[in-house]
Amino acid sequence: MPEIDLGVTPLRELNGALHKLPKDTNETHWVIENPAGGHAIAAGLDAPLTVDINGPVGYYCAGMNKLATVQIHGSAGVGVAENMMSGFVHVSGDASQAAGATGRGGLLRIDGNASSRCGISMKGIDIVVKGSVGHMSAFMAQAGNLVVFGDAGDALGDSIYEARLFVRGNIKSLGADCIEKEMRDEHKAAVHDILTRAGVNGQIDPSEFKRYGSARKLYNFNVDHAGEY
Amino acid sequence: MDATPITTPRKSATFDDYTLSEIRRAAASGIYDIRGGGAKRKLPNFDDLLFLGASMSRYPLEGYREKCSTDVWLGTRFAEKPIHLKIPVTIAGMSFGSLSAQAKESLGRGASKMGTSTTTGDGGMTEEERGHSSILVYQLLPSRYGMNPDDLRRADAIEVVIGQGAKPGGGGMLLGQKISDRVAHMRTLPKGIDQRSACRHPDWTGPDDLEIKIQELREITDWQKPIYIKVGASRPYYDTALAVKSGADVVVLDGMQGGTAATQEVFIEHIGLPLLSAIRPAVQALQDLGMHRKVQLIVSGGIRTGADVAKALALGADAVAIGTGALAAIGDNDPALEEEYRKLGTTAGAYDDWHEGKCPAGINTQNPELSVRLDPELGGRRLANYLAVLTLEAQTIARACGKSHVHNLEPEDLVALTVEAAAMAQVPLAGTQWVPGLTGA
Repeated sequence: MPEIDLGVTPLRELNGALHKLPKDTNETHWVIENPAGGHAIAAGLDAPLTVDINGPVGYYCAGMNKLATVQIHGSAGVGVAENMMSGFVHVSGDASQAAGATGRGGLLRIDGNASSRCGISMKGIDIVVKGSVGHMSAFMAQAGNLVVFGDAGDALGDSIYEARLFVRGNIKSLGADCIEKEMRDEHKAAVHDILTRAGVNGQIDPSEFKRYGSARKLYNFNVDHAGEY
Repeated sequence: MDATPITTPRKSATFDDYTLSEIRRAAASGIYDIRGGGAKRKLPNFDDLLFLGASMSRYPLEGYREKCSTDVWLGTRFAEKPIHLKIPVTIAGMSFGSLSAQAKESLGRGASKMGTSTTTGDGGMTEEERGHSSILVYQLLPSRYGMNPDDLRRADAIEVVIGQGAKPGGGGMLLGQKISDRVAHMRTLPKGIDQRSACRHPDWTGPDDLEIKIQELREITDWQKPIYIKVGASRPYYDTALAVKSGADVVVLDGMQGGTAATQEVFIEHIGLPLLSAIRPAVQALQDLGMHRKVQLIVSGGIRTGADVAKALALGADAVAIGTGALAAIGDNDPALEEEYRKLGTTAGAYDDWHEGKCPAGINTQNPELSVRLDPELGGRRLANYLAVLTLEAQTIARACGKSHVHNLEPEDLVALTVEAAAMAQVPLAGTQWVPGLTGA
């Protein structure tokens, strides 16, 4: 099990080594020490690795991740798991802005709170936040699921497309074209599945969540709706 | 006695026919006009500059005999694999979605034949353009439609798009008529809805963040790819300086004559700067930072001829990009299709309702019955011919000025025909030593 001390090894060397691993490598579990808030740690992985990062990370940790499991034992800066394609990214602390931004697949779990714009422009990723999310979360969210155990800030789901938002707590306000929708059995099953994959099933009953999504009134521009923007 | 003669009917220069028609259109619809293309109003441009040519004080090069090189290296600042173009003319970013797959393939074929690059657009990378573009620049746009690390790695360069000349400060727009099954799938959106691309990136704000974003892109691609930053011309000095600060290998500067697939007419005509006024401030920023020719400058927006290419290079650019000219070369707005343009209520040369998806040339459409009209092989040949002419013309001018490489053209080779052009290009008014704003009268 390789252990990399980022206080000694340059980031470029670490990421380069992770990118060069053959698909059938035996070195599937890596441990990174002293991340010290560094940026782009474990970005661009493309193999079924497990990477444990012991400490806080900066911007874009696990950016564009494919296949890998990245476990951040600390807090994460802006854009953790941005544009993730697949795999699993787990933040044990809080996450800054734009967590999971534009993510296309995979699962992002944040045990603490996520700041503003969590899931912005998400395109298929599933995001579980055990705390609360900040303002403008799921802005222009296209696809995927955002599950929030706590509260949501202003303008949740503004200009949302087809993503599904599940929030257990209070919502300060909904954004343009985002409405509450009926929480049917199929949605409870979907939340159950996501929580199971996130490893937090049994902590919250899926029926405690409310569902939010697009009213689809702004999908084609209509001058009578100009005031909505 | 005869009646008093009447004056000839006179229309208002302020409320001219076009303006009145727009007022009537607005009154009837209640919505702003949307169209494609770039600024159509008359703007100061390269026609207002002239080359001096060699004479007693300069030594010309023999046409067809003495070499005048045209190649360009892009991305030499940080990238391990910089790009080498054979000609200083590249193809600007245009999306699949806005353009048909046949049009993207045509652009790839033509550019590759001439040893230059094409650029993706707001909609991701298609197999047609990757397969037919020997050098392909992959755009990272605010929407991130189609963005994925596999395409990042198989691109030859990455272009972070901050803005474009037709609409600096504006996002993208692709109306529902052009959201086909394939476009919808690539953009992860339902078919037929209006697609709005954000005007700001989702995961960074400002140049300090952008520097970190670029670091991420370099890490993901193992520091191999040149990274461009594209800006619409509005504050070219500061935007260029901040792009350099953010870690760009290449700055792409797009003037307001540069086209768009679709946006508001008022945006196209009233926001941004003409390219002529933007190049010198951008070059000045590079020179002030000691980065001219180290961070390369590509300029675009209204480039039509080899003379335009030569003038842009003389003002300090390393290369130019073309979009509207390239589309015209492969058949857009061709008078041969006049009858069909008439049916659309327009005329060849004026058609700009590209967002409606009814392009009779099969270029600005996703309608398979229309797009099949464009033969990509023929389109590619026509584009290659056009690129060859642009290059030959630029070489002709460079040789006349005594330059063995088009990059050796310089502002001292130019004069301006108008005071405005002299001020914007910072070259003397013809027949004088006067550079408005820099020297005394």
